[in-house]
Amino acid sequence: MTNLNEWLNNNTYHHSQFWDLKQLVKEKEKQGIRVSLCIPTLNEEKTIGKEIVVFKSELVNRYPLLDEIAVIDSGSVDKTLEVAASFGADTYLSSEILPDLEPKRGKGENLWKAIYQLKGDIIVYIDADIKNIHPRFVYGLVAPLIYRPEVKYVKAFYDRPLAFSQGVRPSGGGRVTEILVRPLFSLFLPELSAIIQPLSGEYAVRRSVLEEIPFPIGYGVETSHLIDVHQIYGMSAFAQTDLDQRVHRNQQTRSLGRMSFGILQTFLSRLQKLEIIGELPPLETVLRQFQVHDERFEAVEHLIVEEERPPMLDVPAYQEKKKALQKSEKRKPRKKQTAGE
Amino acid sequence: MEKGMAHIISGLGDLEERIRDLREIILANLVMLSEIPAPTFSEAARMEFLVNRFTELQLLNCSTDEVGNGLGIIPGETGERNILIVGHMDTVFDAKVDHTITVEPHRIIGPGVGDNGLGLAVIATLPLVLQHLNIKPKSNIILMGSAQSLGMGNIRGLRFFLDHTDLPINAGICVEGVKLGRISFSSIGMMRCGISYSVPEQYDWTRFGAVGAIVTINDAINRILEIPLPKRPKTNIVLGSISGGTGFNTIATQATLKFEIRSESGRMVKNIGQKTEYIAHEVASHSGADVDFRIYAQRRPGGIPFSHPLARTTREIMKALDIPQRITPSTSELSAFIDKKIPAVTLGLTNGENLNQMNETIDIEPIFKGVAQLLGLILAIDGGHCDESK
Repeated sequence: MTNLNEWLNNNTYHHSQFWDLKQLVKEKEKQGIRVSLCIPTLNEEKTIGKEIVVFKSELVNRYPLLDEIAVIDSGSVDKTLEVAASFGADTYLSSEILPDLEPKRGKGENLWKAIYQLKGDIIVYIDADIKNIHPRFVYGLVAPLIYRPEVKYVKAFYDRPLAFSQGVRPSGGGRVTEILVRPLFSLFLPELSAIIQPLSGEYAVRRSVLEEIPFPIGYGVETSHLIDVHQIYGMSAFAQTDLDQRVHRNQQTRSLGRMSFGILQTFLSRLQKLEIIGELPPLETVLRQFQVHDERFEAVEHLIVEEERPPMLDVPAYQEKKKALQKSEKRKPRKKQTAGE
Repeated sequence: MEKGMAHIISGLGDLEERIRDLREIILANLVMLSEIPAPTFSEAARMEFLVNRFTELQLLNCSTDEVGNGLGIIPGETGERNILIVGHMDTVFDAKVDHTITVEPHRIIGPGVGDNGLGLAVIATLPLVLQHLNIKPKSNIILMGSAQSLGMGNIRGLRFFLDHTDLPINAGICVEGVKLGRISFSSIGMMRCGISYSVPEQYDWTRFGAVGAIVTINDAINRILEIPLPKRPKTNIVLGSISGGTGFNTIATQATLKFEIRSESGRMVKNIGQKTEYIAHEVASHSGADVDFRIYAQRRPGGIPFSHPLARTTREIMKALDIPQRITPSTSELSAFIDKKIPAVTLGLTNGENLNQMNETIDIEPIFKGVAQLLGLILAIDGGHCDESK
């Protein structure tokens, strides 16, 4: 068992530690690493334009930390893709990536398909609903991967005390994290309880790691990533960065209930697979919530099935693409960019 | 038209197109600056962002001063002139207001994007624009985000700089986000006043005529509206805001009126100012309320004439870019230049609506024309085409 306080000291950052973007880009170019940004979307026309403008200006034009900005959409009915494209993002419909596979809808599906579609050695995932977007959301996550080769997976957390007079104050995640996920980690995988916000949708990961882990396509994707990466590499592969404050839509308790149901499914199936718990009976996939209709109580049923995509390395189309890419890489040495270009 | 000026005019269309290359940088600066709250007297965080931008772009003398202005200098090849380009940093929005900005394909929405997020964003991006277009002015270009400009700020930031700088400023350009086509080179006389009535706590509500502060201020408003205003010189009184009272069923013990007197004649402003002060006190004497009459800001009328080379050249540049011109007198930063007898103009950069409201909106497309106009004017001043002897 890792000493968690020591791990927290060594592997927990604040984004301000990486303010020197010129230095970061220089180091990135020295290592010849490519970085891709993936923004999974579903009806995000209100916030996507700003994200693209800020990232493109600051992290492509001014400091070329990002080699591509891609929006992968689940089928928005608003103008998400049109807005993103108008500011220069590469836009993809999730269903058009690996079209031979039966399409599935869910954020995890978009994240998984990004591994096939994008070119980066590092992929950084940022949610599209962040109202106070800032370049720190990307460089704060990418920097530990560039400066520390042993780090493979960097998770965001948000901790910005407005005013606190004493030396000790609580810190942590949202409701689902504190009520469900951290207690579960503490019970079964205590090391992972040191990840301050395990469910945050912002993280940067090396391709070599992403391609070897399976992807639940629904609510469980973040939890399953942490468990799988931990199993393969242990805590030393993780880092986390405080990105200060994240302003976004607040979810209602009922939708958090549905989220928890999906996460629990993923969690239990992982525990079973890892033989941490014994064989479970078949699990129900219907969550029942209740409402009052004309003074009569009635159940509302939600079918929540946590489907899973296999590791990308097991997908034949990806294997072929990777082979072809490796061949062409051998023939043509990678062109290095210069900071400030 | 002189050969040099004709050359600048003929190149304006090309400038407009090439400025588009920097669209994301201008818009990102606009978003990031506008999302930093900057109510008048609390502009420090916005100033810090601006000065960081200047520092990153290796401008000279990137600094702030005791009033909180943000400054940086693009050194000229010879430094024979000093051109000051200024945009006010403060906004009318309280720091507690949600400053989230929305970016749509053709417009940007959010508090302060036009007044003056865009003006500041263009100032922050100007060094890159010059670099991108390979323009190397002979003159020093002083870039400034000015603090304490609006309302009770009374242009304190720019006035402080002009009072204390060692650099002889040859010309000034005030940059406002909205509206493209706006051109101001003169200032009208102005006085910004406030009348507050408060009813003493031990007030005897049973006395004849006891009405509370709101009715008292209403009387004052009626009397102010009765002041005869001449058609020449053009004069008017703007009743800007009123506040008072606490609820439905309590007689108000406090009420405040804020208003502005404007006139082409400084003497007229002074006369009307005296009349309003007299009215304020007279009405108070009837009701027994305490009165507080304050003058928050004043401007003297003045500026450069219509035929001044700076005004003429600005109009020529706008005409060449097909920008419909709207010549209006200004009561903003321009007045500080006028008081120092420095030739200056105020320009707008794009079209917009709902100014100073939460859904303030500006159009993206005209920005490039607006910036081309600004660059054209910088080149014209730099080339000596706006000197008075011309």
